[in-house]
Amino acid sequence: MERTVAKTLVVEGVLNANDAIAQANREQFDRAGTYVINLMSSPGAGKTTLLEHTLERLDGKLRIGVLEGDVQTTVDADRLLRFGIPVVQVNTDPGFGGACHLDANMVHHGLGALPLPAIDLLIIENVGNLVCPAEFKVGEDSRVMISSVTEGEDKPLKYPLMFRSADLILVNKVDLLPHLDFDLPQFLRNLDAVNPTAPRFLVSARTGQGVEDWCAWLLARRPNAGRTSPTD
Amino acid sequence: MHELSIATSIVEIACRHAAGRRVTRVQLKVGYLRQVVPSALTFSFELVADGTSAQGASLDIEAVPASGICLQCGAQSALDAFPLQCSACGGFLLRIVAGEELIVESLELEEQEIGTHSG
Ligand SMILES: Nc1nc2c(ncn2[C@@H]2O[C@H](COP(=O)(O)OP(=O)(O)O)[C@@H](O)[C@H]2O)c(=O)[nH]1
Ligand SMILES: [Mg+2]
Ligand SMILES: [Zn+2]
Repeated sequence: MERTVAKTLVVEGVLNANDAIAQANREQFDRAGTYVINLMSSPGAGKTTLLEHTLERLDGKLRIGVLEGDVQTTVDADRLLRFGIPVVQVNTDPGFGGACHLDANMVHHGLGALPLPAIDLLIIENVGNLVCPAEFKVGEDSRVMISSVTEGEDKPLKYPLMFRSADLILVNKVDLLPHLDFDLPQFLRNLDAVNPTAPRFLVSARTGQGVEDWCAWLLARRPNAGRTSPTD
Repeated sequence: MHELSIATSIVEIACRHAAGRRVTRVQLKVGYLRQVVPSALTFSFELVADGTSAQGASLDIEAVPASGICLQCGAQSALDAFPLQCSACGGFLLRIVAGEELIVESLELEEQEIGTHSG
């Protein structure tokens, strides 16, 4: 049987489908007046611990909700429940390769369980991974990345996609600096090489150092602070 | 392993455009600034394409070098290492104009309908 092969021009972004859902999420956040942070890091950099400090400090100042995507279990969500805030756990597909990041659709499914209009700030704890989450927009306003001093100075150069995509970088576990040979100035130079514009704060989710700066940054982003209202 | 998610999207795009025809080749543009490992992507693509109309299709990956326009002096520079820096004035603030692509450019499709295997 004769078969002819024809070339068809497509020119379609591989992540278009994800980006369209991210845009729909974003519209839902905007309608609810919710500011959304996508919190990313390698596993164990301190996302959940820092969240605990943040919730303590911002209690009564901001209505915060959390979407947890970090684990297959509900351990992280359980750690946050004591704060009496809305927390939803999104289990990333446990099938192979599925658990390395949150995508816009997973976040979309989690949103049904959150009272968005009663949330000023939604923090999405992404899956611990320095590559995959950077590719997938979920509808966030800002991307915050945690890099801990136990991970080494070379991380920005090894994972430039993630470091470049961040709007703020938190350098965590600085309480351990005296015990490590981590070269902080070199880390900051490497960070400058891939992302010269993002602000960075040195923090410790153990001692609370720098958490105040981070919370002030969050408060400055409170709903509508950076947005134009429909009447503008 | 985001190559797997990326491969899934590529197969989905290819099968949608193929509308039942067999896909024999997928041409992809991947910018240097994407952290896509070609061998991992090819491997994932073969895995995901299995059982769809893109089964057995070859995946051509065209790597696109990065370049940017300086916000300070307007010069365009090839960017082949970090820091991304203007080669004319040394400025670090650049508008990236190439290197961030992740695009299905074109497909080669067999015109004979195969009907049953759309994915
Ligand atoms: N010394 C020290 N340990 C920390 C700090 N932040 C987190 N940790 C510890 O690091 C481990 C992982 O923290 P966790 O918040 O679960 O990380 P996640 O995986 O990013 O959510 C826990 O044992 C924390 O107690 C810090 O600032 N200093
Ligand atoms: Mg966690
Ligand atoms: Zn210049």
